[in-house]
Amino acid sequence: MADVTQREQSGDGYGDGDGNGNGNGNGNGYSHGDGYGHGDGHGDGDGGLRALAMRPVLRPGRWWAPTVGVLALIVAWGVAAWVVQYHRGLGSAGYNDHAFWAIYIADVVTFIGVSYGGAVVSAILRLTGAEWRAPLTRIAEGTAVVTVLIGGAFIFPHLGRPERILELIYRPNLSSPIFWDFVAVSTYAFASMVFFYLPLIPDLADAADRVTAAGRPRLGRLYRLVSWRWRATPAQRRILSGSVGLVAIMIIPLAVSVHSVLSWAFALTSRPWWHESIWAPYFVVAALYSGIALVIVIVALFRKLYGLQALIGERHFVRLGFILAPFGAAYLYLTLADFLPGGYVGDHGVAAVFSSVLVGRYAIGFWLFVVGGCIAPLLVIAIPRLRHTRQIVAAAVLVDLALWLKRMIMVVAPANYGRISGLFGSYHFTWISVSVTLAGVAAIPLLLLLLFRVVPILSVAEIEELAHAEQQVHIPSPAVIPAPTPVGVNTRRQPSDLLGRPATFDIAPETP
Amino acid sequence: MSASEEPVRFTGIRRAEQNLVTGEDATAGCPSGDAGMPGSGSGCKLSRRSLLGGAAAVGAAAAASAAALEVFGGSAKPAAADTSSTAGSSSSGPAHQWAMVLDLRNCDGCKACTMACQQRHSLWPSQEWIKVYTMTTAAGGTYHMARPCQMCEDPPCLYVCPVGATFRTDEGLVLVDQDACIGCRTCMAACPYEARYFNWGDPKPAAKIPGMPRSPDWPVPQVKDTVGKCVWCADRLPKGELPACVAGCPMGVIYIGDLTTDVAINGLGNVVRLSEFIRDNDGVRFQEEYGTSPRVWYIPGHGQDLNSDSATA
Repeated sequence: MADVTQREQSGDGYGDGDGNGNGNGNGNGYSHGDGYGHGDGHGDGDGGLRALAMRPVLRPGRWWAPTVGVLALIVAWGVAAWVVQYHRGLGSAGYNDHAFWAIYIADVVTFIGVSYGGAVVSAILRLTGAEWRAPLTRIAEGTAVVTVLIGGAFIFPHLGRPERILELIYRPNLSSPIFWDFVAVSTYAFASMVFFYLPLIPDLADAADRVTAAGRPRLGRLYRLVSWRWRATPAQRRILSGSVGLVAIMIIPLAVSVHSVLSWAFALTSRPWWHESIWAPYFVVAALYSGIALVIVIVALFRKLYGLQALIGERHFVRLGFILAPFGAAYLYLTLADFLPGGYVGDHGVAAVFSSVLVGRYAIGFWLFVVGGCIAPLLVIAIPRLRHTRQIVAAAVLVDLALWLKRMIMVVAPANYGRISGLFGSYHFTWISVSVTLAGVAAIPLLLLLLFRVVPILSVAEIEELAHAEQQVHIPSPAVIPAPTPVGVNTRRQPSDLLGRPATFDIAPETP
Repeated sequence: MSASEEPVRFTGIRRAEQNLVTGEDATAGCPSGDAGMPGSGSGCKLSRRSLLGGAAAVGAAAAASAAALEVFGGSAKPAAADTSSTAGSSSSGPAHQWAMVLDLRNCDGCKACTMACQQRHSLWPSQEWIKVYTMTTAAGGTYHMARPCQMCEDPPCLYVCPVGATFRTDEGLVLVDQDACIGCRTCMAACPYEARYFNWGDPKPAAKIPGMPRSPDWPVPQVKDTVGKCVWCADRLPKGELPACVAGCPMGVIYIGDLTTDVAINGLGNVVRLSEFIRDNDGVRFQEEYGTSPRVWYIPGHGQDLNSDSATA
């Protein structure tokens, strides 16, 4: 009962605070936390953090509906384009017998690839106990779920006969890499949802009353339903933390398997450049590289949208950049390792494809990828003068664009190459294929905006737990209640964790 | 096939048989004029009945004709096939193991095979199930090479199909069930011979033939957004009829044969002992390094005598 009472109190406190904040406008979501919490030492940081986490759910701001509307329109346009494609045939998306695989399979690889980044950033940071992860994990895991779903959805425009996809279940051919793609991607998609869901349980239990109090009783009931009567008992905490750890471990080899099997859809054919033993690790590294880049982009976007600057600062971006850099270097290295042996020996098929990529018709795209997608981002992270939030985010955007381009080249060049004639066919973008692809891009923020409309954007329990652990080590006296401070100044707060113990957490300084 | 035509066919067989024995050039047993008339269902037709008649006339003395009978004595009429027991080829396994030989020495690259196929199967011009490539030799010369489906014994397209829409019959034909194909095109990626063609839009309309619904044997009309390929006219083979390309080749380049009875025949009616024909003429298989064990053999050359141009794939 004590728990419940406390939650209700917090809920009240939150309601006040939110009212204040709303009155002040949406400019900075965090400012209101200070004003109201003054009188209630206990609810102060608690309400602030929770308000921040729940703000997208309860009061996302006036921009929310129009933004979602515009994104939904883009997605709807893409879906309409796909319907047109379905009626006209795949040729309307620019495909032909000499470009039998092209943009959609590149989209599948790209979107499922970026999903890996979210999952692994979160998993590795959890497993290594990196405390700075706490404000990022929910966003990263959400990105993983959303992008794997979008990537999986791109299978539909890729297939000529998507309505027959259930044949993969009732008449599968176990020797086909495509069947195992299907198995691996579905398994990974499920695992990424579990990985998203498990750390959510304490937050939902905590927020159930709060959203009810805020006038969303149905959401409150949903929270109570999916939080499985979480009361933060020591036994529950032990089970949950064990489960999260287990899933965090499992999702890493699972994702490796996904990207390996995806690469084998190509590498198990005898086409020049696809038939490479390096492709499986190549795909895995590409997935990590582009995925970490996407986490950077999404974190930056949602930090701005929901005013999370107080929790997510430049140090987070710099650290994510430090994780990004080795994968960029590794990808560049694997690219060299991929091209050198084939190019050096010069089997005629491989030589023809490689020269088209390095100096021929695809060379502009390829070197754009090398310079814009690998070297430039590496320089941004390597040079201290450039290593700032804005530059790192720009570099991350470049990485994602360049890796999509790289995948297009990897798909299209060998498909274009006529193995008997030695001639190249060509793939042309059409309004349909471009619309469908842009719809996939728009679907990422759209689905995340919708997702964080129903679940807290911050992993409150985790932030508090880590803050508590930090406090146990560094700050012996929990009695210090800070005076209200202006926005953007480093401050210590005292939230309670789920056991009601006082704790502190560190809000990073941020200079916009 | 009217009765009056039968002696013509028979003559063809007998001449072919002489060819086997004496090494003389065989002359056309079938006027090439009515070749290349796909869709009519005739082509240069060696009907089972005419062959039976021929075999009866010659008797079983010539193994080649008996074997030729076996090639075209299809499983469609087992009662009739019983009379061919003299061929001595009946075993518990399938009656035939289809194979092809393309004698490139005679190929002038006219693409009559391609057109015959496209007419018979109602294909768009870009869908060249049998495609004639102009190849360049190391010496700078050129030769023409028709590429039908190679009907691999180890078909990569079959292994990669996620739903088993591609299958191999026990007579060695690799076929596609277009009512199951999900259109993923992995088979196109896997085929080293680029023998698969997708229907990127509406297929070319085809007149419905009563009693011939679309099937993997008779994939007409094609199905939008699924993959199609050369089927060696699998619907004709059991009836003792020649595939459209074989019948349509005015040069007699393409031989359809049977590994079980070791006999092959071309559109001109020339019958050869399959294994000897390949061996004596240095037949090779295309891109054998992929380990797919194709059922198509090529005899290198380009309308000239054997030794001038050793063009290998």
